[in-house]
Amino acid sequence: MIQSYIPLAYLIASVCFILTLQGLSSPKHARAGNLLGSIGMLIAVVGTLMLAKIVSFQWIIPGLILGSLIGAAMSIWIPMTKMPERIALSHSFGGLAAALVGVVEYIQLSGTPELTHFKMAALSIEVFLGCLTFTGSLMAFGKLQGLITGAPVTWKGQNAINISMFFGALLLLVFVVLDPSRSALFYLTGVIGLTVGVLAVLPIGGADMPVVISLLNSYAGLASASTGFALGNPVLIIAGALDGTSGFLLSMKMSQAMNRSFANVLFGAFGTGDSSGAAAPGAAAGASYNLATAEDAEGVLDAAQSLIVVPGYGMAVSQAQHATRELAQVLEHKGTTVKYAVHPVAGRMPGHMNVLLAEANVPYDQIFDLDDINDEFARTDAVLVVGANDVVNPAAKDNPGSPIYGMPVFNVDQARAVIVLKRSVNPGFAGIENELFIRPNTMMVLGDAKKTLREFTTALKE
Amino acid sequence: MSNDALLFALYVFVLAGFLGYQVISKVPPLLHTPLMSGTNAISGISLVGSLVAAGAKYGTLSNVLGFVAVTAATINTVGGFLITDRMLRMFRKRPTDKP
Repeated sequence: MIQSYIPLAYLIASVCFILTLQGLSSPKHARAGNLLGSIGMLIAVVGTLMLAKIVSFQWIIPGLILGSLIGAAMSIWIPMTKMPERIALSHSFGGLAAALVGVVEYIQLSGTPELTHFKMAALSIEVFLGCLTFTGSLMAFGKLQGLITGAPVTWKGQNAINISMFFGALLLLVFVVLDPSRSALFYLTGVIGLTVGVLAVLPIGGADMPVVISLLNSYAGLASASTGFALGNPVLIIAGALDGTSGFLLSMKMSQAMNRSFANVLFGAFGTGDSSGAAAPGAAAGASYNLATAEDAEGVLDAAQSLIVVPGYGMAVSQAQHATRELAQVLEHKGTTVKYAVHPVAGRMPGHMNVLLAEANVPYDQIFDLDDINDEFARTDAVLVVGANDVVNPAAKDNPGSPIYGMPVFNVDQARAVIVLKRSVNPGFAGIENELFIRPNTMMVLGDAKKTLREFTTALKE
Repeated sequence: MSNDALLFALYVFVLAGFLGYQVISKVPPLLHTPLMSGTNAISGISLVGSLVAAGAKYGTLSNVLGFVAVTAATINTVGGFLITDRMLRMFRKRPTDKP
């Protein structure tokens, strides 16, 4: 009796999920939407547990408890600066779950007439994408966490190997669909998925992480959607499609913000080492940098009527978001107008900097996107660059030889004075020289950003 | 699965994709990280499939694989919703704007 209402539970869950995403169109309604999403999820899970098919709970209950404990622990204690790592890990869990469900479904159905060609296709895609997302996201996590070098790892014939493996998997898929009894080929598809995940992410450098994480997000969603196709369950299809489009849309936005195509990100690793034409003239020697002391920079900050802060990945590394906000508060107290300029690809994932600034209590109406603030730099007294690099590189505008030429960047160089906080004068791992650092109106203050910012704040308070 | 069922599944997928595109285009860059963690939590709906794998009369191997899948998917749903809420709690306007 109750069985016939289970699809209704799935319908309610689907509506809740859509409302969750709709809530995210403004920070005001986002929390309520998120709560609604979790309620929808609960309804779907309770509904599923009512299924007559489910006869024992000896594996279900430990799984639910263990998963809840790990999930809660990971969300409560993880620092906001580690958000990209956290997201990468959860993509890998999503991929793993989808792949395992696919394998179980195959074990159960193989040899029965229920395993139609269509179902077989859905299962193969599910397992392939699930496996690819699993290892790919683990690799991304390893790179972000520093377990694997963040620099692009490249080797000869890399793209040829990756592409042929991809088409190999496609070919296997066709064979398995035509003859679902070939279980060895089915499992081989999964193994290829695992391998492609590793090989495809290995050559990608840290600066490209926002695109990669978004793409993996999309794959995780598509794997979920194919689970829905295989099981004939609409809520899985809907949730998977939403996740898939979201990841796809984000990766498009990220690619656009770097003025690069998908193919370029996936197959053209940054700074492969053999492109030597990138170095800017005169930037090779550290002597040409305008190195300044903290006192010099304080003077500039003290005199400025308006300030724009440009945060980058360096702010996350040095956990300097609170120190940034403290400095801004002291300056605002003195009457300075402070704004924050956040580039779409600043940091290691979409929105990374916004979350850190929010954590430090920066009101979101002080944070501006590229298009909204770029004309203001020319009218601004001082710009404070906290650990950003590529997104403030004027070479993107005026040096056609630069690998980032054409990427939309902040017009930081048009401001009256620019203060750059940076750990050292070494060019980043991407090896791209930043001409901003040798401009006459730029002062470089080297050292840990958090420490430097605290010094500024203490001095300005006096 | 019959052809009708396949067609129905495709309908659902394509329409949900379009709807997702419309809704997600309206999410400001400010909230891109919560968007990602939120969709992560939602795609933990594969839990629905995992529960069947772990609890149906399928044999031990399938049930154990199902158990791992349930654990992984639960980490994503529980963790995803919690961390999204933790992030969203932090986003606020200038305090002076409040009465």
